[in-house]
Amino acid sequence: MAILVDENSKVIVQGITGREGMIRTQLMKDYGTQVVAGVTPGKGGAEVHGIPVFDTVEEAGEKAGPIDASVIFVPAALVKSASLEAIDAGVKLLVIVPDRVPIYDVLEISRFAQEKEARFVGPNTLGLVSPGKAVLGMIGGRAERAREWFAAGDIGVSSRSGGMTSAISYYLTESGFGQSTIVHVGGDAVVGLSHPEVMELFEQDEETHMAVMFGEIGTSQEERVAELIEKGKFSKPLIAFIGGKAAKSGTRFSHAGAIVEGSRGSYESKVERLIKAGVHLADSVSDIAKIVKKLKNGKGG
Amino acid sequence: MARLFEYQSKKLLKTAGIRVPEGGLAFTPEEARQIAFRIGKPVVLKIQVWLTGRAGLGGIRFAESAGEADAVAGEMFGMKVGDFVVDKILVEERLKIKTECFVGLVIDDARKAPLLVFSTVGGTGIEEIARKHPDKIFQIPVDILTGLKDYEVRNLLRKAGFSGKLLVQLSAVLARLYRLARRYDARSAEINPLVVTENDLVFAADCHLAIDDYAVYRHPELDIEVAREFDRPPTRLEKIAYQVEENDHRGTFYFLQMAGELTPEEKSIGFHGAGGGGSMMSMDAVLNRGFTLANYCDTSGNPSASKVYRAAKIILSQPNLRGYFASGSGVASQEQYHSARGMVKAFHEENLEIPAVIRLGGNYEEEAIKILGAYLKDIPAVVEGYGRDDSPEFCSQRLEELTEKNASVHTVRPIKYPDIPEGRYFFETLTGRIFIDHQKCLDCQTKGCIEACSAGVLKLDEGKSILSVPLVEAKKGKCTECLACEIYCKFHEQDAIFIHLPIPGLKDYRENLIKKQKA
Repeated sequence: MAILVDENSKVIVQGITGREGMIRTQLMKDYGTQVVAGVTPGKGGAEVHGIPVFDTVEEAGEKAGPIDASVIFVPAALVKSASLEAIDAGVKLLVIVPDRVPIYDVLEISRFAQEKEARFVGPNTLGLVSPGKAVLGMIGGRAERAREWFAAGDIGVSSRSGGMTSAISYYLTESGFGQSTIVHVGGDAVVGLSHPEVMELFEQDEETHMAVMFGEIGTSQEERVAELIEKGKFSKPLIAFIGGKAAKSGTRFSHAGAIVEGSRGSYESKVERLIKAGVHLADSVSDIAKIVKKLKNGKGG
Repeated sequence: MARLFEYQSKKLLKTAGIRVPEGGLAFTPEEARQIAFRIGKPVVLKIQVWLTGRAGLGGIRFAESAGEADAVAGEMFGMKVGDFVVDKILVEERLKIKTECFVGLVIDDARKAPLLVFSTVGGTGIEEIARKHPDKIFQIPVDILTGLKDYEVRNLLRKAGFSGKLLVQLSAVLARLYRLARRYDARSAEINPLVVTENDLVFAADCHLAIDDYAVYRHPELDIEVAREFDRPPTRLEKIAYQVEENDHRGTFYFLQMAGELTPEEKSIGFHGAGGGGSMMSMDAVLNRGFTLANYCDTSGNPSASKVYRAAKIILSQPNLRGYFASGSGVASQEQYHSARGMVKAFHEENLEIPAVIRLGGNYEEEAIKILGAYLKDIPAVVEGYGRDDSPEFCSQRLEELTEKNASVHTVRPIKYPDIPEGRYFFETLTGRIFIDHQKCLDCQTKGCIEACSAGVLKLDEGKSILSVPLVEAKKGKCTECLACEIYCKFHEQDAIFIHLPIPGLKDYRENLIKKQKA
């Protein structure tokens, strides 16, 4: 098992004929993801890497469906429309890769997804990968790298930084610890699936025995994970690293979500809450694998 | 969040039908006097800066007459508060306040919805209100699809203790504020205090709007210069950097200046991260070693080599740096040799003297590190390249060791481009121009530039290297500005290729800086 995606998931790519869409479709296909169709309005009838392209998601659903997930590679200004289209066509999981999606557009997508019981990862995400099974998005860059960097196992990874998602997973693999599913939740201030929601999925997943979280200053995601643990809704061991210790308040650091507003979202408040909830805090990313090892040994695993 | 000044925010409020005090913006004491005279009542003078707690900083003062307004404004102009020098003062009618409330709209990342927050206590910051009077805070999460309903607002105000005409007046303000925020894509909108005057009229006495960076493009009428969070006006160098970002959307480029004037004693370094999380982690690592960051820069999301080059040139436009530190997540999906080539070109042009530690982990890092090693060995600086298996902590330690051994301080040099004679072969790229000296091509044995070109847009024509695709295609981006041809030709052949990648404003910026340093 894994969360959100596996080798049986049927996937479409919206924006498949664009530069990124085309390149990343190749990666997904090479890795083993079942990409069954692409959608670009006006390009129906075309083919990309042997995958049929349709004008609408609805048509893709009729001819190549049922569809489990859609990976979106359209320009930021068109993301809202593409997302609503997919949700309306009944797709239950969206991976919204583009950066710079206006926040009110994200709120609208989120509200509509809630109504239709759909979920989305992103925006501003590299995507997710269930090692050995399937990848959605562009994480790993190339299939052979993704195979080299990510190994199947029992650790769930959730990160607000794309690069760090890969980095943490790679260091775990290097130390002999595989991953169940690796999720880059996205760097924006509002994202579809945030850390606490991913943790809830890891809790339900029998193959995930432990989780690693890369958090950052800004937003309430890490605090909500602490709350989840305190309420008994996440009971597996969790190792966390929080970036931005030295960041100045009121200044945004790269990610739109990485801004401390007042005392909210500060490094100190996050670390304090997480420690209180019993989370293992890593001082550096290279410590993560060491803590995993210690925890596994402690349990005789 | 791109912040608007109070006077800009109030202009928008007024058009949305929310009452604001009568007033005007003054740039001189004389203008302040005229505005006060026109108002004909006691006035308040407020400096226009992005800082909270202006009253405590002496930024809000009162005047009984036009003459007094003139004198007070005279004292306020030129005041230095935070990183601002006061150049704008809002002069307004002084309200006769009965009660002060707070209303704000924020985006709640947990609910994934706009959240309207109201309090019957106003004036101070909402955090303080929340701490001291949690019972006086009322909230409505807004359903973005159906919008904020009038009755929701009336229900909230009734619970807050209002009734009758005042309830109706206030509910109009709250509803209009939400609609305004939505219309202008405001990440936050705050009226604090929202004032009820002695004759029961509701006024927005102070107001702050911040527009979502990603939606600024929808609102050209707001004239936002740099769509970034700043607690001060953007510096000239930041504006130059922002232009680069605007002109080249391949990957992202984020540049912030962290410190004001730096002295060589400060152990300050140029910081060049890659990827938000990795940059932040790397920043923490160098700060732990006692370095100061002159800037925070992040080139990520598959940037072109030309973009990384420009970032490096901008970073190196800051004087008194003791080192250069580049580090990202360590395991990036993007091909790392593009960043390596960008730095090679920039470091050569700058004839870099200060030590540089470059951690380029990820896809093709071996090749990237090789590029740094092979092509930067002839510059005065020691440049060390590392990959994913070397931690940011280790790399920071290396930089510390190198700077301890090498006391060089970075000097900003004027930007000079080679003289290119009229008629030389060239073609345009997305953001620059590639010149090829065909006379030199004739002496070239290997013609290696053709193979080096990662986009495959060069070909041989009677022994000379030329573009193989139509000019317009190259300009549209077929030539990816990977810089490989120039670097190959410079180090392995005749140095016949020059890629001109202008950075508008940087030449003047450096000249001014150098002039200032001499003075």
